[in-house]
Amino acid sequence: MNIESLNIESHLIPTLETVSDPEIPVLTVLDLGVIREAVEKDGIIQIKLTPTYSGCPAMDVISDDLKAAFATIGKEVNVELVLAPAWSTDWISEEGLQKMEEYGIARPLSETADKDVLLGQKKLVKCTNCGSTNTHLVSQFGSTACKALFKCDDCQEPFDYFKCLK
Amino acid sequence: MNNNLYNYILGVADNSLILAQRLGELCGHGPTLETDIALTNISLDLLGQTRSYYQYAAKIKGEDATEDSIAFLRLEREYKNVLLVEQPNTHFGFVIARQFLFDVYHYMIMQQLQNSKDLNLAAIANKGIKEVSYHKRFSSDWVKRLGDGTSESNQKIQEAIDALWRFTDELFDILEADQKMINEGVAVDVSKLKAAYYEEVSEVLKEANIQIPESKYFTRGGKKGIHSEHMGYLLADLQYMQRTYPNMTW
Repeated sequence: MNIESLNIESHLIPTLETVSDPEIPVLTVLDLGVIREAVEKDGIIQIKLTPTYSGCPAMDVISDDLKAAFATIGKEVNVELVLAPAWSTDWISEEGLQKMEEYGIARPLSETADKDVLLGQKKLVKCTNCGSTNTHLVSQFGSTACKALFKCDDCQEPFDYFKCLK
Repeated sequence: MNNNLYNYILGVADNSLILAQRLGELCGHGPTLETDIALTNISLDLLGQTRSYYQYAAKIKGEDATEDSIAFLRLEREYKNVLLVEQPNTHFGFVIARQFLFDVYHYMIMQQLQNSKDLNLAAIANKGIKEVSYHKRFSSDWVKRLGDGTSESNQKIQEAIDALWRFTDELFDILEADQKMINEGVAVDVSKLKAAYYEEVSEVLKEANIQIPESKYFTRGGKKGIHSEHMGYLLADLQYMQRTYPNMTW
């Protein structure tokens, strides 16, 4: 799903782009695909936000950051949390995936490949340091709910892998 | 207010809250850094799901109800979680066995709840099932690793499975109010999940070289608010702040 198919008014985009994920600061909320709607109604910005994971503590921070960002241009924001449809890693933009990799987090693989690597059956996750796929899973649960911990067997670098969620 | 719906939501949500609290106790105390992080990640997922359920329940209840008042201000008898989830973290074998016995059940419920006629519940389940599938994978893997590991790890996980087995039958009890919600297509008919549950659990236990308990003695009561002796201590921890400083916020 790309941003064009969502109801996000274009004049709000520059401000939305200034708000990033507190855990992965290189990703804006638009890159991450958590903004499902942003419209201005009677002078108030109405935003629909969806969580990546149910317990994601970043949601409260993102809500506050959105309010603060629009406050700088004198606008009030009303944030509504929506659960359906459930967020998917498919909603992260290609640009977002590239930024994530440069930041040191391996991008989510396809659903079947994701299962294979998390069960330790195949070596498909690319090391973000040296690019080798000779990597192994250290833990299915990483520093945040959305990531798993991997280690490269060539350069020995530990790194995060963004789990596929569909 | 729809009392049946409200109670049904709490029945589902309280399992997640209480298990999240148990897992939260392990924060900083896990046997290795990775398992510590994994267990607290699972705790966070469950707590997130609980919040979604309670926010919805608070809307149904109206008045001054909030997700926090539902979580922190009820009395022990008003919690409707099954006995299994309130059992203590005796040792790592217990943590894994409890998680595994719950995850298989939880996954089945989420699968069915996605088709609920109540769209709010369906949305929470649709979101949560992805998380629960990770939980189930984690706990099943560990059951196998412990069962198929050393003789000591096998003995410890066997001990935990034997001790917790008597809480499994309650998972499939249906209360009168739940039956009404089942008839309306809102609730999951858990009684129909029983056979598949024991089949799936047994399969993993067999693979893990763990003997399937044969005891037919089962304990129940949590769903009706009659809890084991551990529940009071757990709530004392969970509710400490709100009971000591009523209405405090931060």
